Amino acid sequence: MIQTNEINKWYISLFDEFERNLNGGTKSPVHQLRKKAINDFSQLSFPTNKDEEWRFTNISPLLKYKFNPALNAPFIEKEEVDRFRFNGMKCSLMVFVNGFFSEELSEIESIKDKLTIKSISTAIKENNPQIQKHFNKYADSSTQIFTALSTAYIIDGAFIHVPEGIIIEEPIHILFLSSSKDDKILSHPRNLIIAEKNSQVLIIEHYAGLDNSIYFTNAVTEISVGENAVVHHTKIQEESKSSFHIARMETVQERNSCFTSNMISLGGEITRNDFNTRFNGTGGESELNGLFLIDDQQLFDAHTLIDHASPHCNSHELYRGILDGKSRGVFNGKIIVRKDAQKTNAFQENNNIILSNEALVNTKPQLEIFADDVKCSHGATVGQLDNEALFYLKSRGIGEEKSRDILIHAFASDVVRRIKIDKIKDHIENILTEKFNN
Amino acid sequence: MLLEIKDLHASIEGKEILKGINLSVNEGEIHAIMGPNGSGKSTLAQVLAGREEYIVTKGEVFFKGKNLLTLAPEDRAREGIFLAFQYPVEIPGVSNTNMLKTAVNEIRKYRGEEEYDAMEFLQMIKSKMKLVELEQALLSRAVNEGYSGGEKKRNEIFQMAVLEPKLAILDETDSGLDIDALRIVANGVNMLKSPDNATILVTHYQRLLNYIVPDFVHVLYKGRIVKSGGKELALELEEKGYDFIKDDSGVLV
Repeated sequence: MIQTNEINKWYISLFDEFERNLNGGTKSPVHQLRKKAINDFSQLSFPTNKDEEWRFTNISPLLKYKFNPALNAPFIEKEEVDRFRFNGMKCSLMVFVNGFFSEELSEIESIKDKLTIKSISTAIKENNPQIQKHFNKYADSSTQIFTALSTAYIIDGAFIHVPEGIIIEEPIHILFLSSSKDDKILSHPRNLIIAEKNSQVLIIEHYAGLDNSIYFTNAVTEISVGENAVVHHTKIQEESKSSFHIARMETVQERNSCFTSNMISLGGEITRNDFNTRFNGTGGESELNGLFLIDDQQLFDAHTLIDHASPHCNSHELYRGILDGKSRGVFNGKIIVRKDAQKTNAFQENNNIILSNEALVNTKPQLEIFADDVKCSHGATVGQLDNEALFYLKSRGIGEEKSRDILIHAFASDVVRRIKIDKIKDHIENILTEKFNN
Repeated sequence: MLLEIKDLHASIEGKEILKGINLSVNEGEIHAIMGPNGSGKSTLAQVLAGREEYIVTKGEVFFKGKNLLTLAPEDRAREGIFLAFQYPVEIPGVSNTNMLKTAVNEIRKYRGEEEYDAMEFLQMIKSKMKLVELEQALLSRAVNEGYSGGEKKRNEIFQMAVLEPKLAILDETDSGLDIDALRIVANGVNMLKSPDNATILVTHYQRLLNYIVPDFVHVLYKGRIVKSGGKELALELEEKGYDFIKDDSGVLV
């Protein structure tokens, strides 16, 4: 058994070699952030069940392995990519393999004249002013150990900057493919999405495993939604069941902006999502929806935080879990309504269906309200498939399996139908059908 | 004979509800089963449809000569049994049309018939909708969700019309309906009646029988059929109330 502090030391010890391989990249201002982050990392320790935010999520299986940073991307065929594309959907595509941007597999030429879209490593090398302005400003490296690790080892990710007033109608599909060969690979996708005033963009952040290998994805996405701008974000996770996925998404919303997040996950061995959004100005609108489907020994943890720091903002949150086998689910939804955030409207709901006797879910709504003129509601349910409904369907001639399938789809559909694009919905419906028809 | 029930005993959570039911139903017949609350009427309906919570402790049921009790609920439906629920279940997220399309095609598959495509199915259900005066909008809504009481009952009859059962069991479909809705429901049942199928009406009130004329009336009391007769028995019950059965049953049982 490897000791936790040994794993800390392991990730610190890799830094020198990582730095040498940066090949001139050490001169960028971002590298100063890297050095600070590895220092922060060395001061922090990995969370245990004693930490309130990790009470139900034991990450010791993740700390059993000494993961190696991916040094380069393995070659993969275009057909491998096609498996994870949304059939027939017109979109721009950015493909990353083990964390590295692949120009050959990507298709971004046609929208380059409308917005800046490139790998973040290029943006860093170019000293893009938006990097200076936004990078590492929303995700906190100094207190969050996994974010510190991400910042210390940042190499690549998506950089998207939508200028003022530009509406991008075609979705941008960012696909992260992973596969470990001999070494157990660790990648740190790091995305920065900036939507300036009055702009609109739709992003799909999609994580997929090419095989069933053991790898670790430590992703951080920072999103800045400018005044009156609209960002639709969908995250899909269909990874190896042996993979580890730790992710943080930090969103900052300016006045009258609109942000929607839809998260669909089939989990890995351990998945932890921290999705946080903050209203920096009045009149903002935020929607956080999530659906996770897990079985066997999988653990899925969704932590969300909606920070109502300004008045007259609305948030709507719906997370649903479907758990089978001996899986474990965690939902922790925190809503803070600050003193000045009058006329806040916040709605939160978390529903879970347990399909087996041994699956378990811990759900915790957490409302901290300091203003006095607000409307907040929350609810959480954990239950099984409705036996009455099951019998009703069977009494109409529909078989047991099919009836269960119909009810599971129906439960999931409240989340899935919030995704705006039919082709993505179809993809998810297919995932659901495949998952439950085995 | 379409349905033959012999000495049927059934219990739930260890409590015996049905204590020896005997009943025979032939094609072309309408049977009304009446009785006071708690006599076991709904239990009989649910046991015939295959509700797992009820345990059959004794007796036999044959449907078209097959042993019904060994069949799963879905196979009973595929063989031609339909239960109109006393309390139709709300199923959020599942549209009426989708449920029915799946049901119709699962039944057709079971019978070795070709499945309907979307067009054929739509044409078929349109004609059935008229029968129960169901609005188009209800089709795309989630099954029974937010329906009024009358809409739920009409939806049951609509489903029955679509699935064309050999034996329809209507469990208090008339309860809680206003007279207009009752007429629509009764009209639907009468239109679907044929020499090949049969109907069991489980009801608490004689009122329904003004609109659907039964061939036989049975009185269920304390888990047994204590009296059987023609349609005039229903009128007698209406007039004298169930008390006269209770007095009678002391002698009969």
